[in-house]
Amino acid sequence: MSVNPITAPLLAADGTPLKKSLGRALRRQKIRALMLIAPLLLFVFVAFVMPIVSMLFRSVENDIVANTLPQTVLELKSWNAELGELPPEIVYAAIASDIKIAAKAKKHTKVGLRLNYEQSGASSLFKKTARQVKKWDLDADAPFKEKLIKVHKSWGQIEIWQTLKVHSSNYTSGYFLNAIDMRKTVSGPEFQPEEKQVLILLFKRTLIMSLIIMGACIFLGYPVAWLLANLPARQSNLLMILVLLPFWTSLLVRTSAWKVMLQQQGVINDLLVQIGLVADSARLVMINNETGTIVAMTHILLPFMILPMYSVMQTIPPTYLRAAKSLGATNWTAFWRVYFPQTVPGIGAGSILVFILAIGYYITPEIVGGSKGVFISNRIAYSILKSLNWGLGAALASILLFAVLILYWTYDKIVGIDNVKLGG
Amino acid sequence: MLSRQTILATAALSLIAGSAFAGGHMSSEMTIVSWGGAYSKSQLKAYHEPYSAITGVTILNDESSGTATAKLRAMNEANNITWDVVDVEAGPAMQLCDEGLAMVIDPDTMLARAPNDVSAADDFGDMLVSECFIPQIVYSTTFGYRTDLVGSTAPTSVCDVFDIAAYPGKRSLFSYPINNMEWALLCDGVAKADIYDVLETSDGQDRAFAKLDTIRDHVIWVDAGSTTPQLLADGEVIMGATYNGRLFALIEEQKQPVAMIWDGQVMDLDGWIIPAGLSPERQARALDYIMFATDTTRLADQSKWIPYGPARKSSAPLVGKHAELGIDMAPHMPTNPVNLERAFLMNYSFWADYRDDFDAKFQAWLAK
Repeated sequence: MSVNPITAPLLAADGTPLKKSLGRALRRQKIRALMLIAPLLLFVFVAFVMPIVSMLFRSVENDIVANTLPQTVLELKSWNAELGELPPEIVYAAIASDIKIAAKAKKHTKVGLRLNYEQSGASSLFKKTARQVKKWDLDADAPFKEKLIKVHKSWGQIEIWQTLKVHSSNYTSGYFLNAIDMRKTVSGPEFQPEEKQVLILLFKRTLIMSLIIMGACIFLGYPVAWLLANLPARQSNLLMILVLLPFWTSLLVRTSAWKVMLQQQGVINDLLVQIGLVADSARLVMINNETGTIVAMTHILLPFMILPMYSVMQTIPPTYLRAAKSLGATNWTAFWRVYFPQTVPGIGAGSILVFILAIGYYITPEIVGGSKGVFISNRIAYSILKSLNWGLGAALASILLFAVLILYWTYDKIVGIDNVKLGG
Repeated sequence: MLSRQTILATAALSLIAGSAFAGGHMSSEMTIVSWGGAYSKSQLKAYHEPYSAITGVTILNDESSGTATAKLRAMNEANNITWDVVDVEAGPAMQLCDEGLAMVIDPDTMLARAPNDVSAADDFGDMLVSECFIPQIVYSTTFGYRTDLVGSTAPTSVCDVFDIAAYPGKRSLFSYPINNMEWALLCDGVAKADIYDVLETSDGQDRAFAKLDTIRDHVIWVDAGSTTPQLLADGEVIMGATYNGRLFALIEEQKQPVAMIWDGQVMDLDGWIIPAGLSPERQARALDYIMFATDTTRLADQSKWIPYGPARKSSAPLVGKHAELGIDMAPHMPTNPVNLERAFLMNYSFWADYRDDFDAKFQAWLAK
């Protein structure tokens, strides 16, 4: 029996089909490569991905109410919150028992803090109630409705019960709603009262100011990058040091320096008053507002714009421009039609870098931004560090993260991420 | 951020030390968290150095008090508490206590009695605002003004801050509602005793914001205690609110043309908490330190370095002169009778309930 030499599989030296043996070798190689980077991968996963995911997860996590007040949550299920009537005695008995158990485990204050984010006063309500309930006998002292209302009048008002019911689920959209100036109510999501709406404004401000800063960086950085790429080596090296110098200076020092420069009794105002451009009584307000944030952040982020532009411009042969001019193009046409399009990948890379850095900036707006120049990141920091409302902080951070990803995706669709070059 | 300062006492001393403060099963190293700057220095001189000298314990100083509540919560969740004693203000201490992150303190057994044998509970009195909190000092948030920039009549009342006509120029205020809301109502004619009742109503809140509206274009909003002294020194503002210790340093140590308006000062407490869940050796060490550092003499010693009033009644008569400047400290204390008369006591439970609500409103008001 002869084997058809074309259809028969090629065999390796050990008799296995070559394709299989090749595949095995490649797989081995892949595994070896994976093993080599495994420590790094594991490290990134454990030290970077996991903490971030677990932090972001807090934006929906809400098991504290159900865990601390299980009987109440169960009994409230059959109570219609929209009718405007107080819940029946059985709910009051449930909460008395729940609070008594929680107080023993010292958990009542936690649930108070959680609910206080939704309804001011819940914190002291739970503390005060627990102090009394501790003394009660759950069998002998029933009924509890009157008693609880006597302890605190809030138990006789429908709001606390609605709040409890709305926030009793293990997972909640409440923090995300809060993050966009809305809140969860018995009749669905509603906007916060106008005097409490601030977060959407801050998101908008963060986006707009980051765009302005990015624009300012392009505008200021382009000529510098061009000079860097086209000056003789000696001058361009010196210039490069000047560009890099800020990198070697602490961010805080640079930001504080802007304070000295821009404040009303500062260097620039003093100079303007001295040369008579500005009256002493009408010194310019350039800090503790948007201007301060934009100026300081543009300065700080400028190198991130210049360097990618420079590395792209360096690769553009000067002969192209000369060729364009020899064919009759004016200086402007040669620049706009020949030179500029080739620098777009550099501008793109710089813009993405600057924009993404700017949108999450925290310390500079905090120092020079006053009340009108702060970003959403300052609110995130406040939620995480001061008010300890980690759920809200996580929701704000998630939104910011998704906003950046969406912008990145749009950028990829419009410009194409392959067109972004950091050099080479 | 974690600028740590290590204080090493000589090993010889630790071996000799057989005092009440040398325990059996206690750790020989502890991390104490505080605010840094002049405040940490005052604690170093009054508490850490003498304690290390007696016991030989190495004290590491971590300047993280500004973010202590968040970090303690994170440490607790990670089940790895690296701090032994933490310096916080009364408000955060109450929150830490509510969250179960701070240990409950029994003043009768865990704190030293006063020399006249008054119990610690009586000696601290009203200052024991939370069962986890060991008060250390009374500080106040008050106004300082540039003596050379306010014209011929110096401001004497907190309401002069709201008087743009008489005192034209910028003023600096903290960019959060606490204190500002109270001052606004006070200067809108509400009696001190009624302020928190009024503030609870939405009319009262509108009233406070309306009062703040009248000065809002003349205010530089700050959020660190160090900013206002800098602004005053630069002449950026003519008056501004900050902690009285900061103003003292500006006036007495840096000799700036600044004076204080004690009127309407809002008093607050600062003190220690011990994190919950320490190992027995570390907890014993922390308690031993607390017993030592919050006795009558030590509290009075701290006031030689910084003008914050000791939280014990029995310490007040011991307040003397500044250890370096040699000036009498009593007139610079918020608790000095003359200053105390014009003081305003913060209502902690009100702010525990309303802080988040007011904060959202205040930020929205600022942003518009």
